[in-house]
Amino acid sequence: MSFTLYNWVLSGNCYKVRLLASLLDVAYETVAVDFHPGQQHKSEAMLALNPAGTLPVLVAGDLVLTETPAMLAWIAATFDPSGRWWPTNDARAMAEVMEWLAFSSALTATSGEARLKAVLDRPIDLPKALAGAERCFRQLEQHLVERRFGGGVWLVGDHPTIADIACFPYVALSPDGGLEHDAFPAIREWLYAIRGLPGFKTMPGIHELHELREGEAVHG
Amino acid sequence: MSLVYAKNDWYAIAAADEMTLGQQRQTLLLGTPLTVTATDEGVVVRDDQGKTYPYQIKFDHVWTALGDAPRALFDIPEGDEPGRRCVPCGVVRVKCSPLRAVENFLDIAHFPFVHTDILGAEPHTEVEPYKVEIREEQDEVWATKVRFFQPKAAKSAGSGITTEYEYRVPAPTVAVLYKTCPPKPEAQDVIAIFVQPRGEEECDVWPWMALYDDESSFEELVQFQQEIFLQDRSILENQLPHRLPLDPKMEIPTRADMTSVAYRRWLKKRGALYGAMTEVA
Ligand SMILES: [Fe+2]
Repeated sequence: MSFTLYNWVLSGNCYKVRLLASLLDVAYETVAVDFHPGQQHKSEAMLALNPAGTLPVLVAGDLVLTETPAMLAWIAATFDPSGRWWPTNDARAMAEVMEWLAFSSALTATSGEARLKAVLDRPIDLPKALAGAERCFRQLEQHLVERRFGGGVWLVGDHPTIADIACFPYVALSPDGGLEHDAFPAIREWLYAIRGLPGFKTMPGIHELHELREGEAVHG
Repeated sequence: MSLVYAKNDWYAIAAADEMTLGQQRQTLLLGTPLTVTATDEGVVVRDDQGKTYPYQIKFDHVWTALGDAPRALFDIPEGDEPGRRCVPCGVVRVKCSPLRAVENFLDIAHFPFVHTDILGAEPHTEVEPYKVEIREEQDEVWATKVRFFQPKAAKSAGSGITTEYEYRVPAPTVAVLYKTCPPKPEAQDVIAIFVQPRGEEECDVWPWMALYDDESSFEELVQFQQEIFLQDRSILENQLPHRLPLDPKMEIPTRADMTSVAYRRWLKKRGALYGAMTEVA
């Protein structure tokens, strides 16, 4: 069993799928979709596959998924026999993961939008998007601080879940849009923990742990 | 003074294929807001006061100059070679000096650290000595005989190869590189960035390529270049000072940065100081 990912290399949502697949060591096919500048996700062929015109799209046989949380859940349920990444046999943990999957959509709508404005000059209200992202970050910071008091590292339980993967990209990429991490120490720790996972995979804007030179110029 | 100099260069301000009849693009060039409109008589570039500016379409982009006596636009003859695929890669905004964007593009030493496993890899971090010159006749900076081991030099490269590079700066905000073309070793791929200075500390960057590659899809080629450029973007935005220092006392370049030294000297000599710092602030 494998799948095909309709992918744009700079999309944080596409990266969620690539990251989880890498962490679970799952091989898959990609089809490059020219989101920018080609707007190919709105092309007739792509709209036939996904009427919402969004990326990514995951296809496995006759299964077509267009919502990133659904893709993460399906990949974890299919390829993680331990059941820890998507803990369906623990009612409370499963529900908490779903809370954070919903929260990840708020991150896309704020931090993700700010990044689209800052990088691609999409018609987006940048101050509004950044203010929204900051509200999300404060909520996340508060949660992670509470988790740390109880010895927890991850958003839910004592093992990383698809909740961490769903929330990671648009938090990690927020400096692209102009929101730095300096004011959020617990978030920074959590980002480090995810980067340190075996099988972790980067995307442009997110560096590998060993090459981190935060706050320091590499060139010049 | 630096603005007067900058106004007499040409800049890419739009993708030619997006300028279809009736399309309009609002943009900013050297601090001047511009409207680019595709009409049935061609492209019109106009500022807020209604003043119009000349344009030309080259290398798949619309170019304009704001000054009264623009210098000639350089050529990239490879772009017209039959068999090559010309790939405009869209525009990416970066909060950095336009000169910083060019300098970063010229810097080979960062490949293994920033473009890990694509354009470079540890432990292959050594840059062999190469040649840098200012070609007075064309008034361009050239770096030649640059050799570097690359795990995946191009979309068309199957495995690691030692790539030979040549770099060329034909205008203060344009950098062109020529590199070994994996499927056609007698030819060179051409990759360029056309930097549109919005202001002295913000630019829109238009990457463009002219390649021999019949295998990869257009979408894959664009994404290969976008991935590489976005790896640079976060580093560019974090460079301090934001403007490019031209006083040698301000930043001490390493041995691998000979191209950068030549570029900075060349800018200074020409008076191309838009986006530069000439004394310690
Ligand atoms: Fe680079």
